[in-house]
Amino acid sequence: MTDATVDNGVNVGALLDAREALTGAPEAGKFTWEASCKWIKGTHSRSTCQAFYGLGEKQSHKQEFTFESDHPEVLAAEDNGATPVELVLVGLASCLTAGVAAVAQRRDIQLRSVKSTLKGSMDLAGILGIDSDIRNGFDGIDVHFEIDADASPEDIRALVAQSQKRSAVFDIVTNPTQVSVEVN
Amino acid sequence: MTTIDCVIIGAGHSGLAASYFLQQSGIEHIVLERGEIAHSWKNERWDSMCLLTPNHQARLPGFGYSGDDPDGYLTVAETVKFIEEYAQFIAAPVLCDREVVSVDSTPLGFSIATNNNEYATPALVVASGACNRPSFPPCAEKLPESMPSFHPLEYRNPGQLPWGKVLVVGASATGVQLAHEIHASGRPVILSVAEHVRLPRIYRGRDILWWMETVGILDERYDEIDDLVRARSIPSPQLMGTSERRSIDLNSLSDMGVQIRGQLMDIRGNEILFSGSLKNHCELADLKMNRLLKTIDEWISEQGLDVEFDEPERFSGTRVEEKSPLTLDLQKEDIQSVVWATGFAPDYRWLKLPVLDRKGRIRHEAGVAAWPGLYVLGATFLTRRKSTYIHGAEDDAREVCEHLVAYLRKRSAA
Repeated sequence: MTDATVDNGVNVGALLDAREALTGAPEAGKFTWEASCKWIKGTHSRSTCQAFYGLGEKQSHKQEFTFESDHPEVLAAEDNGATPVELVLVGLASCLTAGVAAVAQRRDIQLRSVKSTLKGSMDLAGILGIDSDIRNGFDGIDVHFEIDADASPEDIRALVAQSQKRSAVFDIVTNPTQVSVEVN
Repeated sequence: MTTIDCVIIGAGHSGLAASYFLQQSGIEHIVLERGEIAHSWKNERWDSMCLLTPNHQARLPGFGYSGDDPDGYLTVAETVKFIEEYAQFIAAPVLCDREVVSVDSTPLGFSIATNNNEYATPALVVASGACNRPSFPPCAEKLPESMPSFHPLEYRNPGQLPWGKVLVVGASATGVQLAHEIHASGRPVILSVAEHVRLPRIYRGRDILWWMETVGILDERYDEIDDLVRARSIPSPQLMGTSERRSIDLNSLSDMGVQIRGQLMDIRGNEILFSGSLKNHCELADLKMNRLLKTIDEWISEQGLDVEFDEPERFSGTRVEEKSPLTLDLQKEDIQSVVWATGFAPDYRWLKLPVLDRKGRIRHEAGVAAWPGLYVLGATFLTRRKSTYIHGAEDDAREVCEHLVAYLRKRSAA
């Protein structure tokens, strides 16, 4: 089905097999992703990801991944890492980019380069409690993709549109999610 | 208890088409109808509804539209008349006012209990319709109880709705048609839009559904396409049937003052939350429409027919407000009613067989259900893309009846 000459490094066959298998065994498709976070000092914290749950059992990344987060000096912090909101942009960018690669593979489109820039705008009057009508989070996110691929501009736009349609993080940031926080 | 070779449940266009083919094969059968012929069309559609297909596509096996407006669109009343005339034309053995209350399996095949009789049969065709029950998003139940709400199954005309602003949820054929007429009635509409299918009514001088039939898209078979699950869940296209053959889309609705919002995702108290993915939903619809138009253009060129038709055309992209609001306060915005144009589901509560999937639809392959002797008609993309439309019933019913006849012959030979 897939043109052997197109290789974006995505194993589409395996993904399609997984879809088939999970249609028959919906329980196996229920995944839980985890992150653990530890306060260091000030606004600096360190988060790690390794364990997750899926296919009916505990799973693990090959290694533990670590993420530093802090605020910049202009916000009176030590700038030991990206801000949490930048990490949200990173998540969205990575998710959309992975989607572009997978959809391109499925559609027999060879990618040469995929670059994106994300801008999330925010009015600090929200988090600082200056104006209660202003939300804490982004008032909007602009994503700009630059894609070089063997496809027409229209097919490339369709790739990016389909990637949004299938993206977990795009869904998380565009749609409401119940968040339940407990202590101890 | 009456025993008969085959029972068809439902005397709509699908059930009657099956009756036609069974008669041709000399299979003794009856058609059980809960009310009257074309019951759903007669009782469960809104007043202004017209078929999406042009009249020249109003066809059933051995029968076709014979009026003088081949490019028009049948109204609901005309559709009822068309189906009634068909039943008469084929002398279908319809038994009216027989509401099926249960179907069980027996050694013979099936036992069918209606409100006033019982039947036994080795072969059963379920053609009871795809639109018997309303389908709502899970969050619909959180709508404040004091808010009047309507589903298209009970909606008849704007006069039913309180005076004032209306939130219409859903932008398939139903949603855009209702948004259009409700807004035109003087009740300002806010329209919540999820994934949708945008089509121009007329392209290069012909009806878009004529094109889709002509270039072969409506004849695409279920086993030829890439993603059948998706194809069976695509919303109906944004089309309406008017004498001016007008297009309807989000741009034309915006032009008349309808406010467009994203997909309704949740309700918290008096607040409606919309998705921020509106722009992508519109982009997908525009891209898909343009891909279809390109397919049509290419077909015309391949056939060397460019001079026969109007020039190719591309329609302006869907305009989306740059910062379209993500919330709507029902009280502050003074919303007076909500219309849930969020789809329909079949009603198989009477079918006591383990053949339903997790969405409550009968599992089947091209109408042959996952149970010997059981068949289904009238479902979306049953054998072909055109299954949804009246003229799609012919090929569906023919194939299903061929299988059914072979099944009965094999069975009696055994």
